[in-house]
Amino acid sequence: MQSSVSAAGGPVAPVPRLAMHFASLEVQNHAARLGMWLFLATEILLFAGLFICYGCYRFLFPEAWAASSDTLDLTMGTVNTVVLITSSLTAALAVHYAKEGQNKMVAIQIALTLAMAVGFLVIKYFEYHHKFEVGTLPGRYYFYDKLQMPGAPLFFTVYFCATALHGLHVIIGMIVLTFAMVRALRKADFGPNNYTMVELGSMYWHLVDLVWIFLFPMLYLV
Amino acid sequence: MTPSSSIASPGAAPAHDEHHDHHPSYLVDGTTIKSWLLTVDHKRIGLMFLFWVLLFFLVGGIFALLIRVELLTPGPTIMDAMTYNRTFTLHGLVMIFLFMIPAIPAVFGNFMLPLMLGAKDVAFPRLNLLSLYIYLGGAMLALWGMLNGGLDTGWTFYTPYSTHTTTTVAPVLFGAFIIGFSSIVTGINFIVTTHTMRAPGITWFKMPLFVWAIYATSCIQVLATPVIGLLLVLVTVENLFSFGMFDPARGGDPVLFQHLFWFYSHPAVYIMVLPAFGVMSEVVAAFSRKNIFGYRAVAYSSLGIAFVGFFAWGHHMFVSGQSTFVGGLFGVLTMLVGVFTAIKVFNWVGTVYKGAVDFKTPFAYFCGFLFFTVFGGMTGIALGTVSLDVPWHDTYFVVAHFHFIMVGATIMAFLAALHYWFPKMFGRMYHEGWALVSAALIILGFNATFIPQFLVGNNGMPRRYYEYPERFQALNVASTAGASLLAFGFVIIACYLTYALVYGRAAGKNPWRSKGYEWLTESPPPTHNFVGPQPTYPEEPHFYVDPKKAEVPDAV
Ligand code: HEM
Ligand SMILES: [Cu+2]
Repeated sequence: MQSSVSAAGGPVAPVPRLAMHFASLEVQNHAARLGMWLFLATEILLFAGLFICYGCYRFLFPEAWAASSDTLDLTMGTVNTVVLITSSLTAALAVHYAKEGQNKMVAIQIALTLAMAVGFLVIKYFEYHHKFEVGTLPGRYYFYDKLQMPGAPLFFTVYFCATALHGLHVIIGMIVLTFAMVRALRKADFGPNNYTMVELGSMYWHLVDLVWIFLFPMLYLV
Repeated sequence: MTPSSSIASPGAAPAHDEHHDHHPSYLVDGTTIKSWLLTVDHKRIGLMFLFWVLLFFLVGGIFALLIRVELLTPGPTIMDAMTYNRTFTLHGLVMIFLFMIPAIPAVFGNFMLPLMLGAKDVAFPRLNLLSLYIYLGGAMLALWGMLNGGLDTGWTFYTPYSTHTTTTVAPVLFGAFIIGFSSIVTGINFIVTTHTMRAPGITWFKMPLFVWAIYATSCIQVLATPVIGLLLVLVTVENLFSFGMFDPARGGDPVLFQHLFWFYSHPAVYIMVLPAFGVMSEVVAAFSRKNIFGYRAVAYSSLGIAFVGFFAWGHHMFVSGQSTFVGGLFGVLTMLVGVFTAIKVFNWVGTVYKGAVDFKTPFAYFCGFLFFTVFGGMTGIALGTVSLDVPWHDTYFVVAHFHFIMVGATIMAFLAALHYWFPKMFGRMYHEGWALVSAALIILGFNATFIPQFLVGNNGMPRRYYEYPERFQALNVASTAGASLLAFGFVIIACYLTYALVYGRAAGKNPWRSKGYEWLTESPPPTHNFVGPQPTYPEEPHFYVDPKKAEVPDAV
């Protein structure tokens, strides 16, 4: 359905593709960005539901909430926060380089982002692993002897639902960014008026980061 | 080559005849199966949605009839109690998630929105196709679950029952979750389309009212669906693994589930009914041959309903133990919805007033619609009053209320839209006589089905009961009789519309002489919607009378 508009006619610079139903490239990019913003809003609302569950049960079980939160590994959580924030920075740099048409740098920045994402997941894996060993698990699977109070299993229900959903978003974000990286390497066609793909991928990554910035204090610091 | 001279008709045939061959209608532009299944043309996608939506309507309708037959006698009639529970659940789920929610936006929104905005397509055509397949995937998963084990929770999935029942909850809930994605994608697509693809000349306040309604609906879809998406996933997880999120035995709070559920599902009722309002605004102007009365008020009240719709969910929980203060508050907020709806009703009536009414089938449905909306809305106001809702809650009164407003109004609009836009979509006319007969049957049948339910509910018959005392039987029989009439009406429609598809006479560009923008192009439209130069829109969309002339005061 798409036809490229060859602007000046020569195969000199890669020309961004304009779909036939848009009036101009500007409108097309505007539409893509608006669509992404709306999508991100829905993502935030998705997590908002969990935040509401969190808030309600914290209100119902304040002591159990505090005690359960203490069992989380604050160091690992903090390291992960730093890792994720740094990865957001590299994702933003990727957009910067894409605008300048430095496709190699784009690929490098995305690769760094992906590396940190993997690091995040590895740390998360260790945290999960620990919980499976000591038994701080959701609902009926809970068997942690040192903390037996009503509400504690519920904390871990919320913990696992929220972090698992966030983890899923990390993985989706990695897939999206990988596409942008491959494109930068293979086609090297990002440039001043063709960087929407990197921009959208990076926006998604900032969302992943943002959600974690809410989750971290809620779960680890209460 | 002479450019088309008439600025107001962008679809004007090009000067040279040979151009015709280059612009076949979207229906015949590619005839292979693949050209349909992989199309990114919003019109073809709309038609495919129409096919599926009608199919699911048939499924839901058959189950509705089974429910009505079962309730013919006080005791068991044709099925056992468990089957009955599964039947009404399946009916509700299919009707709400597979028919009512996508019906108007996904079919007529898809088809008409770009035409009304003078756009060649929606903003994201491929996402649009994707949303069709997401919808089908979710529908198949949910149906598979319902047929393999079935679900007996009712369409509201109330916890803790839904997390403990041994029927197949997980696939159905997950299917509904997937369908939600389709709804979100469609919503985002329409919002972005409205923002970025309006043709030059179509300002916000020159958009057809149907576009306003779809826009407001899309806002609700985008804002509310994620919350129920999360909720469905949580309940699925809980049903499979007993995480205890909403299970009182593990400290969870089932009322929290209800809050989150109705936070979506109350606005969801406006997802179903706002597009219906939009259709009716178009129809009433076209068949009264009058500019819509209070265009801005109609447009803004769509947004108003979308907004206050988010703050009324608590009226489903008057008996859940919430405090009297909260109950009262939600009661008042509920009334606000009534205010915005009333604005629309007044404007429609004001449009008809002193209009030159052309009583065609869509207008007949408008009349039915007006009755159902007003009557259903009034019972809603009554239900929004806490002291009245307490005895009526979970009785057939509520069932009748929401069928009147939600099903009645939406079905009327769906049928009005189907008849009004049939010539545009297929280029052919249906038989007006048969259409009026079936419209009369349907409106009559609908009343005969649900008015007895108001009465039986007011007498105290609870909803979702398999057996009932003798004294309720007469009204139940009346309701079943009405349902048969209703079903018969639909059979007639199916017959003459199928006939019209093949043998109907050619409609021509604008058989209603309507002033809607979508009528400016050919019927059926060519693949890219318009032939010739970029359309321009010097007039307002419902421009039957020059509003300035109409405002000239009478000479003294
Ligand atoms: C405009 C379209 C409307 C639709 C589509 C609609 C739909 C529904 C539905 C589906 C239910 C029942 C849900 C269930 O329990 O299964 C319901 C209940 C209710 N509706 Fe409406 N409604 C509409 C308008 C209104 C209005 C205008 C009001 C009040 C001003 C209202 C007040 C209520 C109340 C209070 C209940 C709860 C009754 C109870 O459960 O005891 N509704 N409505
Ligand atoms: Cu409601």
